[in-house]
Amino acid sequence: MWVYEKKLQYPVKVSKCDVRMAKYLAEQYGGADGELAAALRYLNQRYTIPDKVIGLLTDIGTEEFAHLEMIATMIYKLTKDASPQELEAAGLGPHYVSHDSALFYNNAAGVPWTAAYIQAKGDPLADLYEDIAAEEKARATYQWLIDMTDDVDLQDSLKFLREREIVHAMRFKEAVEIIKADREQQKIY
Amino acid sequence: MTTTLDEQYYSSLLELQQLDFALVELTLFLDTHPNDMQALQQFNQLAQQRQQCAHAFELRYGPLLQFGHSYSKFPWQWSQSPWPWQV
Repeated sequence: MWVYEKKLQYPVKVSKCDVRMAKYLAEQYGGADGELAAALRYLNQRYTIPDKVIGLLTDIGTEEFAHLEMIATMIYKLTKDASPQELEAAGLGPHYVSHDSALFYNNAAGVPWTAAYIQAKGDPLADLYEDIAAEEKARATYQWLIDMTDDVDLQDSLKFLREREIVHAMRFKEAVEIIKADREQQKIY
Repeated sequence: MTTTLDEQYYSSLLELQQLDFALVELTLFLDTHPNDMQALQQFNQLAQQRQQCAHAFELRYGPLLQFGHSYSKFPWQWSQSPWPWQV
């Protein structure tokens, strides 16, 4: 069961309409290492991971949905006053003819999200190493996004999300150690 | 928008977001450090503080949660704007 909370995890402010940035931010919305992929990856892996790590996957997976909502808010605010001409000028003409200004799960290049972006191997270490890699890739993407804008309000929210990737990767690395220690203990008995 | 948003709204919201941020951090930390007594004490203390802060926020600006986790005044407040991306 999930319960929605009617607030963002962290404030999202933008200082101007910027369709170009909205197009790039789609990478974290419907891209391979974006927030949707992250949430679905972790929540799906929960069912076959050792009990000691289920809580962590549940909580990080849930937090990813809060991040997805922050990215959606950025894209929404950056495009809500844009005309079709402005969308087209920023390379979102094809998006407009299919979606108007609706959000859609695709990456910065317009490629729709696919389950092929995520994995579930059933092997706990293989799954956790994938999760760590995904967090590191998302962190790098946030850095490139921060570098692409001079909007300090937008940068502030993106920096928050970049830091969350670092913390998640750290927690996943600890989960790897927990599983390794558990295996060692089982060998003794 | 049915609720008029004042300066107070943004500062109350920020206060709640700050408390919740600490609680998210402590939750993830405790997931991998279940025997850390100090972190656990901090968690329980902040959870109590959070409850009071959220209650005060809801009295003024309406329910944060639904499916019965928040109360509502008449008429039904939950479906009223603004939604998080509209503020």
